[in-house]
Amino acid sequence: MPNNRKFYIAGFVVSLFLAGVVSFYASSSPDGLEKVAEDIGFIETAKENTNADVVLSDYGTKGVDNERASVGIAGVVGVLGTAVVAGVAFKLIARKPQKAKN
Amino acid sequence: MHIPDGFIDVQTSAIFAGLAAAGVATALKGARTQLDEKTAPLAGLTAVFIFAVQMLNFPVAAGTSGHLIGGALAAILVGPWAAILALTIVLLMQAFLFADGGLTALGASTFNMSIVGVWVGYGAFLLVRKILPKRKASIPLAAAIGGFVSVPMAAISFTVQYAMGATATYSTSTVLGAMVGTHILIGIGEGLITGLTVSAVIASRSDLVYGWKNNNQKLEIRHA
Repeated sequence: MPNNRKFYIAGFVVSLFLAGVVSFYASSSPDGLEKVAEDIGFIETAKENTNADVVLSDYGTKGVDNERASVGIAGVVGVLGTAVVAGVAFKLIARKPQKAKN
Repeated sequence: MHIPDGFIDVQTSAIFAGLAAAGVATALKGARTQLDEKTAPLAGLTAVFIFAVQMLNFPVAAGTSGHLIGGALAAILVGPWAAILALTIVLLMQAFLFADGGLTALGASTFNMSIVGVWVGYGAFLLVRKILPKRKASIPLAAAIGGFVSVPMAAISFTVQYAMGATATYSTSTVLGAMVGTHILIGIGEGLITGLTVSAVIASRSDLVYGWKNNNQKLEIRHA
């Protein structure tokens, strides 16, 4: 019980490290669905993502030429963004109605 | 397994968006009763960790990669309701921030990875847990098997969507064979990562692991 904060900080730091540093070494081969679609041929029905112009499109940072930095920034922003959205969402979901208090 | 725009027609995409929305709404209801101030931060951290690990594509065969989906992992750590929400948040972030997965296919992708991934992964975990001895050491193994099974099942779920509304005309059985074959390989990676992560958390903080706590509660004596 007392070490919750430590555990959460450790988990968060590990996530930052994975997304910010290790991600550079990830395989850039197509994923399972994409490869199957290429092999069979239905990849041709894919349309360009309507959101393709977004700054962090495809886990790269537009305007950053250094690959390591480009994916690293995208990963760190993703971790921070997910932390904020999920943190707020789950906090609201877990909030119990106050009526039982008085 | 993030589906790009265009693979699945509008009608089928809409059907699965509806199914995904119903699944997420049910999860929201379940999570409301299950989560409390103590478990909410772990649900948030689970979403963050899954986002990070989903970036780490590992090679599975010549020219093919895979990455963790995390449905089983999330369900075992924080329970199936919060897991569905965590996965859905990750998919939303990926689609909107990183253009990973088409927006029109977001419902179909959410259905496969969040709803099917979580329920199949968690269901398989429960079954295996039942068979194995009631020991802490059994949990990571059951988790690994849950993770492994969930991936080809999500691939089958995609194939159902393909059969219902593909814009291409290649035969469904060809797609089924290729999807399942490839995703059995990716599932091995999913199983390994799920098992290792659960074993790391259980070693340091077994009190936080839903799939272990909830096993123990059945042994408690309840006073009427």
